Amino acid sequence: MYDFAYHKPASVADAVKILASDPEARPISGGMTLLPALKLRLNKPTAVVDLSGIAELRGVKREGDKLVIGALTRHFEVATSAEVKAAIPALAAMANTIGDTQVRNRGTMGGSVANNDPSADYPAALLALGATIQTDKRTVPADEFFNGMFTTVLEVGELVTAIHIPIPEKAGYAKMRNPASRYSMAGVFVAKGAAGVRVAVNGAGANGVFREKAMEAALAANWSPDAVAAVKVDAGLMNGDIHGSAEYRAHLVTVMAKRAVVDAG
Amino acid sequence: MPQVTLTVNDTKHTVEVEARTLLVETLREQLRLTGTHVGCDTSQCGACVVHMGGDSVKSCTILSVQCDGSDITTIEGLAAADGTLHPMQEAFREYHALQCGFCTPGMVMSAIDLVNKHPDGMSEKEIREGLEGNLCRCTGYHNIVKAIAAAQDVMQGRVPELVRAAAE
Repeated sequence: MYDFAYHKPASVADAVKILASDPEARPISGGMTLLPALKLRLNKPTAVVDLSGIAELRGVKREGDKLVIGALTRHFEVATSAEVKAAIPALAAMANTIGDTQVRNRGTMGGSVANNDPSADYPAALLALGATIQTDKRTVPADEFFNGMFTTVLEVGELVTAIHIPIPEKAGYAKMRNPASRYSMAGVFVAKGAAGVRVAVNGAGANGVFREKAMEAALAANWSPDAVAAVKVDAGLMNGDIHGSAEYRAHLVTVMAKRAVVDAG
Repeated sequence: MPQVTLTVNDTKHTVEVEARTLLVETLREQLRLTGTHVGCDTSQCGACVVHMGGDSVKSCTILSVQCDGSDITTIEGLAAADGTLHPMQEAFREYHALQCGFCTPGMVMSAIDLVNKHPDGMSEKEIREGLEGNLCRCTGYHNIVKAIAAAQDVMQGRVPELVRAAAE
């Protein structure tokens, strides 16, 4: 790892100020993605800005018909939060499948969302649940926030501060993990709520997380595993690599969608 | 260079580190606590697991500067001063939960955190899932799982199943 300067600001304002003064500085929360990348010298920031001292970014609150989750809330906290388990049990259950025990003890929802790894779990959940991502500058609907593999609309130095998630009537998630890496080969999050039926897919798309609108229409007409079983996914839009062909992933998306509907009940 | 203060196994240390120094490097090279191992150095194998504020973390994937002010427990901090082993260590010995022993410190540290976070006990499946971040290349995990199941009974004040079976 190359060396860098280290800052630990106590407020969002201070963090943003440091990041604005140096476009080569990188924020770190749990560091579960950034640190492995730094160790491989894939990235060479001049400074690392540790957000973990910013208490205002932590914690889960219920505000009316939505959950508000602070960006620094760790996966373990989401998985075990009484508020999340009561309001969106599928989200708590999903959080409990991210990485491993030690990743869940360190990794944060804001970090995962800002990184937008195509195999990450939260982006599919937020897209399907119609969440809104709050940053230090603005609020962005999940539909606009995720912008292709490892890409979001975040500007350099802009920080995710909280995630607002409308509480659905039903939600479910299923994923097929690569047996070695344990990353999602195809994961499907289904939700039914005020915004209708929404289905989002991770791990499989050639361009990162995406909504599967044919499945949404099928489930809106008939909420059942059989309804999505009939929907064929276009392999041309899927990612193919050494772990699985595009055709295999397209098939997996349908299978995971059926399981997600079963999970949602 | 940044200065960090760590309370490791109840002893406070203040050390100078580079910002890029990993916790495991500080533990092993500066504090000479070499019970914490580096296996893969890529956040996968779990040989480097220690507790930070009671949570199991991979010390190869955390900067020492991120730990400033924290309480760290390593494998060296588990046994009592008179050498009495922690119930998890004792169970690993009793159930022969190791062969080469390289992964053992990380296994034990992960296992203790899992037991602490499941006060009502874990099923075999939950133990196996909880150990996802710890790789052992010799035991096949079976005896590790048995040891953790026995240790959780001791740690949580239940009569271990095998002792119960022997008594009946």
